[in-house]
Amino acid sequence: MARMTFAGAIDAAVAEAMARDPRVVVLGEDVHSLRAPLFARFGAGRVLAAPISEAAFMGAAVGAAMAGLRPVAELMLVDFVGVCLDALLNQAAKVEAFTAGAWKVPLVVRTTCGGGYGDGGQHEQALWGLLAGIPGLSVVVPSTPADAHGLMVSALRHEGPVIFLEHKLLSGQWLEFMGRGGRETVSFDVPREGAEGEVTAGAEVAIGTAALRRSGDDLTIASLAVGVHRALAAAERLATEGLRCDVLDLRTVRPMDRDAIVASVRRTRRLLVVDEDYREFGLSGELAAVVLEAGLAPAFGRVCVDDTIPYARHLEDEALPSVERIAAAARRLAEAPHGASPPPSGYPTATS
Amino acid sequence: MRSGSDLFRQVARARAFEDALGALWREGRISGEMHLGTGEEGVAAGIVACLREGDAVALDHRPTPVLTALGVDLVAMLREMLGREDGLHRGRAGHMHLMSRAHLAASSGIVGSSAPLGAGFALAARTLRPGAVAVAFFGDGAANQGMLLETLNLAAAWSLPLLLVCKDNGWAITTRTENVTGGDLVARAAAFGLETADVDGADAGAVRDAAGAAIDRARRGKSPTFLRAQVSRLDGHFLGDPLVRTARAPATEGRGLLAAVTAASLARGGAGLGARGRSVLGLMDLLRRARREDRDTARDPLERARRAMAPAEAARIEDEALAEVARAVDAAGESGWRA
Repeated sequence: MARMTFAGAIDAAVAEAMARDPRVVVLGEDVHSLRAPLFARFGAGRVLAAPISEAAFMGAAVGAAMAGLRPVAELMLVDFVGVCLDALLNQAAKVEAFTAGAWKVPLVVRTTCGGGYGDGGQHEQALWGLLAGIPGLSVVVPSTPADAHGLMVSALRHEGPVIFLEHKLLSGQWLEFMGRGGRETVSFDVPREGAEGEVTAGAEVAIGTAALRRSGDDLTIASLAVGVHRALAAAERLATEGLRCDVLDLRTVRPMDRDAIVASVRRTRRLLVVDEDYREFGLSGELAAVVLEAGLAPAFGRVCVDDTIPYARHLEDEALPSVERIAAAARRLAEAPHGASPPPSGYPTATS
Repeated sequence: MRSGSDLFRQVARARAFEDALGALWREGRISGEMHLGTGEEGVAAGIVACLREGDAVALDHRPTPVLTALGVDLVAMLREMLGREDGLHRGRAGHMHLMSRAHLAASSGIVGSSAPLGAGFALAARTLRPGAVAVAFFGDGAANQGMLLETLNLAAAWSLPLLLVCKDNGWAITTRTENVTGGDLVARAAAFGLETADVDGADAGAVRDAAGAAIDRARRGKSPTFLRAQVSRLDGHFLGDPLVRTARAPATEGRGLLAAVTAASLARGGAGLGARGRSVLGLMDLLRRARREDRDTARDPLERARRAMAPAEAARIEDEALAEVARAVDAAGESGWRA
């Protein structure tokens, strides 16, 4: 066990894989400086600084993976996936299906996501729901250094394309880069357990497995990344009010750990999804479908991002799932009889 | 077309505004990234001097020098970046997403996206406002985006009234553009059949002259133009740029990074000594180049414009610009500031 930062835990997994397997290469914009230690150790032949040409280098990463390399393609922010979506949607995700499993694409896309530092609606999106909607991709979103390490270890061994999302509020390097910039005059609500923690080097976390972070029979809160920490803080507060919560850290969006969700909700009969991604047509709706398809009809609520993330810090704080919003939504669910969802508060309705 | 003192005034106003943004950002009153356009003021002033009502501009993540020169309300922009409800976009946008419908000016934080947007502005201009033109601003880093290269072709194929302005500062974030770019950007544009111009972007007058010819051509429905303006990036990719901080204070700011690089370069497993050595030397070269871009040199458009003026008049205009921006900052911070 060693104490590592979130980003350091990911870097350690990548470095270990590169030292062991010459097929592992890192490519992307600025990787020579963003990953300067890897650049210094493995050289420009395996740490390839790319032009600002996401469509080209992501497409090339797919081809390189098909032809024998195991690329880690760094997309600086997941918001930029719009520039190179074809490589993921129509190339990486399709090869295995088109060849009936005969040809796979062992590609890891390492990218950052998430808000909480005032960078506006083109640089703070989550977008894991958008990507997880594509069959053929795996999408992982860790919430702790141990999981970040373990999921990257798994992603580097995986035979198919994996999107690895690194939340900027957990990743000190990115928060410094995008949010702080050396200033002492700004502060961020960083979940401490997410930013730094104990990591067992080389320990895998299997893709597609959720983790129960806290147990309680009254309500299931399912979340990811920073949302897990907000949910845990809310659960702590709710416990003092007599409301006991399961907090389920999904860790992987696709493939979804349906069994873990169903097992928890079968017990609690209430499901609250805390999702930093967009509310509509995404993960939260998918989780509702998961429990319905399992024959459950829990009381259901969700705390998500409803609209384009505003720039101003105070507006952003209102837009992102907060401990207050989670606790309030949990209380509403707890008051509802089992099997009946309370009317959501603050959502636009058909009549408004 | 404006006189030298008008150009100088716009350069000075833009610099004063950028410096105010820098100060507010350092105070923590502006959040997130802050990409200043310091070093690009000559391009902004020179191009805007050629524009008239009905023309449109598509901007990148350094939009403020152009918006300042266009006459967008400074107080509204400041309030926006302060995240206030009375800001230009009610605090929803921030500096990378500033827009003004009244000025037909829109910025975006997605590198390269200003080019196709500008092409659309040009199409609308040709269709709805004959004689009007559009300008798209982007950097040399953006010049390798597929959408930008596609726009060079689209602009030529549709013969759009478009001026594509490449503010070439030699950097793509922390990468030297020359290390990730094949061929020459001007030759590239020429190969698409565009007219081209290559000017010193620190010289606002030279930019104005080159842009004036290109825009006149566009107004007459002739070929679109690719104009490269060579500029310096005076404040890094963004404020707090770790490369610049490391370059300027390696013993303090850069200590962690340099220690990590040293340890990694000696770690067991990895490339041979030659490749490791080349990597380390490459990083040193980046730091050396980052350290070299400073103000008050021939690469600084404000200094260049200042030199072309009578000192007393230059001082008067700069004082006026500073006073205007100071008044705007005061007005922006008057009430309702949320700490």
